[in-house]
Amino acid sequence: MNAFARIVWFVVKKDLTVEVRSLEILSTTMFFAVTVVLMFSFGLVVDGRPLNDVAAAILWVAIAFSGTLALGRTFERERHNDTLRALLLAPADRPALYVGKLLGILLLLGLVELVLVPLIGLLFNAPVIQQAVPLLLLVGAGTLGFAAVGTLFAAMLVRARSRDVLLPIMLYPMTVPVMIAGVRGTAALFQPTPDAAIAQFWLSLLAAFDVVFVILALWTFEPVMTD
Amino acid sequence: MTRSMVVMMALAAGMFAVAPWMIDAAPYEATMGLVYKIYFFHMPSAWMFLTAAIVAGVASFRLLFLKRPRAEHWVTAAAELAVVFGAFTLVTGPLWARKAWGVWWVWDARLTSSLMLFMIFVAYLLLKKYGGPGSDKLGAGLALFGMANVPFIYVSVNYWRTFHPPTSVVPTLPVAMGIPLWYCVMAFTLLFVILLRLRARLEHQRARVEALYLAEDEA
Repeated sequence: MNAFARIVWFVVKKDLTVEVRSLEILSTTMFFAVTVVLMFSFGLVVDGRPLNDVAAAILWVAIAFSGTLALGRTFERERHNDTLRALLLAPADRPALYVGKLLGILLLLGLVELVLVPLIGLLFNAPVIQQAVPLLLLVGAGTLGFAAVGTLFAAMLVRARSRDVLLPIMLYPMTVPVMIAGVRGTAALFQPTPDAAIAQFWLSLLAAFDVVFVILALWTFEPVMTD
Repeated sequence: MTRSMVVMMALAAGMFAVAPWMIDAAPYEATMGLVYKIYFFHMPSAWMFLTAAIVAGVASFRLLFLKRPRAEHWVTAAAELAVVFGAFTLVTGPLWARKAWGVWWVWDARLTSSLMLFMIFVAYLLLKKYGGPGSDKLGAGLALFGMANVPFIYVSVNYWRTFHPPTSVVPTLPVAMGIPLWYCVMAFTLLFVILLRLRARLEHQRARVEALYLAEDEA
């Protein structure tokens, strides 16, 4: 294993160990995601029937909201114990630290989505099992794009004042393409006759977004995290 | 205040004073009537909005990767101008749309991407104001990401839905409409350059005053 991969692994392992011991972020984020789904359902289900495409929209709004929460909490933990400074002081590649943090967030959000997607299928009668593979790709690519930008911004904001409110303010306008592509792609899959071509278009847009923003974040992490 | 600035300011003031007559002289547009004339201010301000976003992105790049600390002043100046011209664009656009399309707002590619870009720069100003120390670099990161994001927002919303008249109408305009349009573009560009330079100069001076205070404290 080369040095870069080792550092990534250490960071992921550290975050996992801390999280497994308390399960604080996972349990709260997961419950929050379920609450968001229910809140939106109360607003958007009329006469016992959901409005058009509402399942896809609720899924992605829940991912965005719970993702913001998880990002904020993860870095709040680092700030609270002043461990981010220790991480940055370590003789390690800064981009490797970023990738480690990103993988930790992705793992967390992946677990949340493992509950969220079946819940949407259950509540809105969406064909999540029949469309499992394209849905997995869409949700995976969208979560990666969201988390790639989010991890960078959350890390940047660790030392800023009013970071709790600044993170969503910065993150949501930036991830509009992820939301549009995710919702439209998922809605195409949830139609009575799924439209694979449209879903594929949105998936390729998400993939392009992921590539550009992961590279840009790897590139920006070093200068913005240096005092 | 340099002499070139005084000359530019006088010229810009003169151009904006004459602009209403130029626009008044432009011919009537058959289907939209008088209301289309807002376009003579709408389009130049939209262009300056985009220019400001690009200037902010380039200055952020210089600050983050080439380690030019003074570039931060240009990011601030350009970001504020992006908010100013963005607000102007987003106010004049719906005024026109209400007449032309019958609604104030549609979820069109250009409209949505302009709104999102505007929001990114508002977020920048909020970050600068409430982010506390160290927020200049964060802001530069935000502006850089914002610039990289424009094509994505544009493509995604474009595929989603599009109503806005394409920019390709500009070269096809009749000369009588083209002249006032380009005149207004020039006036707005001049105004943009003046404001950008003044604002960046203010930031340079603020940084110098701060440096002097620090030197005083140490002495």
